[in-house]
Amino acid sequence: MGDMIKGNEAIAEAAVRAGARLYAGYPITPSTEIMEYLSWRMPEIGGTFVQAESELAGINMVVGGAACGVRSFTASSGPGMSLKQEGITQLYDEELAAVVINVVRYGNGIGTLHTAQCDYLRETRGGGNGDYRTIVLCPESIQEAVDLTGLAFDLAEKYRTVATLMTEGALGQMMEPCELPEFKEVKRQPWGFDGKYSYKKVGIFDRDSMKEAVLLNEKHDLIKANEQRWEDGDIEDADYVFVAYGLPGRSTKGAVEQLKAQGHKVGFIRPIIAWPFPENAFAKVNPNVKGFITVEANATGQLVDDVALTVKKSMKSDIPVYCLPYVYGIPAMKAIQEDFVKIAAGEIKEVY
Amino acid sequence: MAKSKKIAEIAKKTSSFCPGCGHGVVIRLITECLEELGQDKNIIFGIGVGCSSLLGGVLETDRLHCLHGRAGAVCTSMKRVNPDNIVVAYQGDGDAYSIGLAETTSAAYRNEKFTAILVNNTNYGMTGGQMSNTTMPGQKTTTSPMGRDCAITGNPIKFPELVADQFNAAYVARGAVNTPANINKLKGYIKNALEAQINGEGYSVVEVLSPCPTNWGMSPLKAMERIENELIPYYPLGEFKTREVK
Repeated sequence: MGDMIKGNEAIAEAAVRAGARLYAGYPITPSTEIMEYLSWRMPEIGGTFVQAESELAGINMVVGGAACGVRSFTASSGPGMSLKQEGITQLYDEELAAVVINVVRYGNGIGTLHTAQCDYLRETRGGGNGDYRTIVLCPESIQEAVDLTGLAFDLAEKYRTVATLMTEGALGQMMEPCELPEFKEVKRQPWGFDGKYSYKKVGIFDRDSMKEAVLLNEKHDLIKANEQRWEDGDIEDADYVFVAYGLPGRSTKGAVEQLKAQGHKVGFIRPIIAWPFPENAFAKVNPNVKGFITVEANATGQLVDDVALTVKKSMKSDIPVYCLPYVYGIPAMKAIQEDFVKIAAGEIKEVY
Repeated sequence: MAKSKKIAEIAKKTSSFCPGCGHGVVIRLITECLEELGQDKNIIFGIGVGCSSLLGGVLETDRLHCLHGRAGAVCTSMKRVNPDNIVVAYQGDGDAYSIGLAETTSAAYRNEKFTAILVNNTNYGMTGGQMSNTTMPGQKTTTSPMGRDCAITGNPIKFPELVADQFNAAYVARGAVNTPANINKLKGYIKNALEAQINGEGYSVVEVLSPCPTNWGMSPLKAMERIENELIPYYPLGEFKTREVK
């Protein structure tokens, strides 16, 4: 077991060890410790740190670093992530590899400081213009956040795309024991700018978007086939299957254990990567399952849409899909148990 | 016999600027300077949105078409991670001084060690001639149809003066492409700016007064006269901050 470390600092150190050498960003709670940590850590290891004048500038500095083939990343939260969307769609469009970290906080507009999962739809759908997706990794613990940070850089480069580490305010702010990974050799991508015009680009007016669309779909199909990641438990004979990710996923696992101890036949699926959505997890669910239940820290229910679509796609039957949206915070195991009893009793209606 | 001048190798492709536009002259000067300084195979451009983006099809160099206004931020990191490359931000006034004022000013403020060539034609060219932050008082554009009223829009911004007066930049100048003499002077400014970068002295910027006959509704010749008679008196030419000779 490793030393105690704060979530945001663990993520920052994991990025450094994964070979990231450019960070540019703008402070926003609850992500700021990532930036503060890197303000001294990046110079210490010969990397580049820029305190940008805005989130817009920060993500565009990531564009510049990524264009030169350097492992580049930024971090933010709710309103800051909104500003970064134009840069993220640009990164995707130019097929530049980069990592974006969203330490999610609750709310619309300027939002609040509560930990939440209300950015699920934006992160999994691509929040900027055009049609694109970023690979979205969502840890349940600081150890997993560290592991997924390294993976995020690897996947971003493997597919020349953007990988989003979608974590939560509480995970960024809490401390847990954690084993940090070994330092990776710092490598530049061979397609990065070196001033010699080795890798020729076409201009905006010379592009063939019809051909690019075909390649884009091929890339997405490849990512969907290769990168589904999840954890599951007891789903083969479950009457009800919970689906939750991140810290609510962790408390859901606890609730499932307690419900099983009470004699309920329940299981869980915890997506570790939210896009591509782990459709394959649903293949081994009990075909006679009575319902799926999402546990979410948002107001309206967002994950529930993906679960319903996946049930329709892979199970080919009209299985009810319920949603327990706890708005913000980390839902208590007791609350999940009590609401499960209401679902089983027909007191909470299905969403789909 | 007249001797034809060789076009820089990295700018041999045909461009699609409007007849009488000044961009072609500016690009040729930049590429000539890069070649003469032996840096034409060591160059990365951050290209702005608008007419500047037409460079994407012209230049045989590493180049990124930056989002509207953001070239100052993009070039900041390009130069920081590739300090041995020459990095040039090439933008128009709508890009650099209106939507990108924060990124442009902040890069200058931080004294980032790249070169900005900012082409000022006093309007948004590609979108059809809207008012920008450098549109002249009284100038009619598609969004100031009665003529720019500075009482409600503010005064045209003088970015080089701001940088020279307030920031610790290495080199600041303003040139124009309206006469052969001014073009020759401008080339000297661009070369000085690039040399400042080669020597790692800090931020260097050259603003260029350039004609936009299409959106000004003038013949190319009248557009050149407008630069001389109207723009230069407001936007004086010259070097505002020169390099220290070491």
